[in-house]
Amino acid sequence: MNEKEKYQKLKTIVETYLPDDVSVDAIAAESNFTTELNINSANLVDIVLDVEDAFDIRLENEDMDGMQTVQDALTIINTKIAEKA
Amino acid sequence: MTAHNAHSEILEKLPYDAPFRFVDGLYSVHDDGTEGYYTFTGDSDFYKGHFKNFPITPGVLLTECCAQIGVVCLGIYLLKDDAADKNVGIGLSSSTMEFLKPVPPDTKVRVVSEKVYFRFQKLKCKVNMFDASGDLVCRGTISGMFKTTAYEK
Repeated sequence: MNEKEKYQKLKTIVETYLPDDVSVDAIAAESNFTTELNINSANLVDIVLDVEDAFDIRLENEDMDGMQTVQDALTIINTKIAEKA
Repeated sequence: MTAHNAHSEILEKLPYDAPFRFVDGLYSVHDDGTEGYYTFTGDSDFYKGHFKNFPITPGVLLTECCAQIGVVCLGIYLLKDDAADKNVGIGLSSSTMEFLKPVPPDTKVRVVSEKVYFRFQKLKCKVNMFDASGDLVCRGTISGMFKTTAYEK
């Protein structure tokens, strides 16, 4: 899976949890999940669980703490995939 | 520790009090769920208005009862080591409920919850509530976020 495919896969997951007042077009690599995309902490947990299933990885509490933006999430996903290989 | 003691420790840690505590006791608590009971007594104020001349327990209170027994009690249990000498804070994050049978005043209900997951401080449970005849009165899915904070000194 290349970077573009990973980003697209993550974006599709994030879209599911976007509140009604945030457009899908608002999602960019630098988007902050809570302050810009208005995703609450409870839904962020669901995003993480969906990411775990989609990429077959497991995140820890400290990964969650470091996951502020979409790009942060991609970095964590890449680190976890690399650890597995 | 006996089961009875474990249950009363959980009840003591509940952050609710009358008139908004909807847990009388627990039958069982384990890693994957809880079972507890509560009686909606007929003298409660809300019956005067829900509905006029036709008292029925409001669905929001059935949901609250399911959340307190099914999610909050389970969360306190699952956080037992972490929360030993701390306050447990809970914010309900979402609920989807289906109501199947009206609950008249003075009904003792039984709530059974089943953990879906507890990850990153979020506890998601399936809940079922039964009336005294054992009929399912409501069911659904409730999630809450937990936070433990040290006691103020």
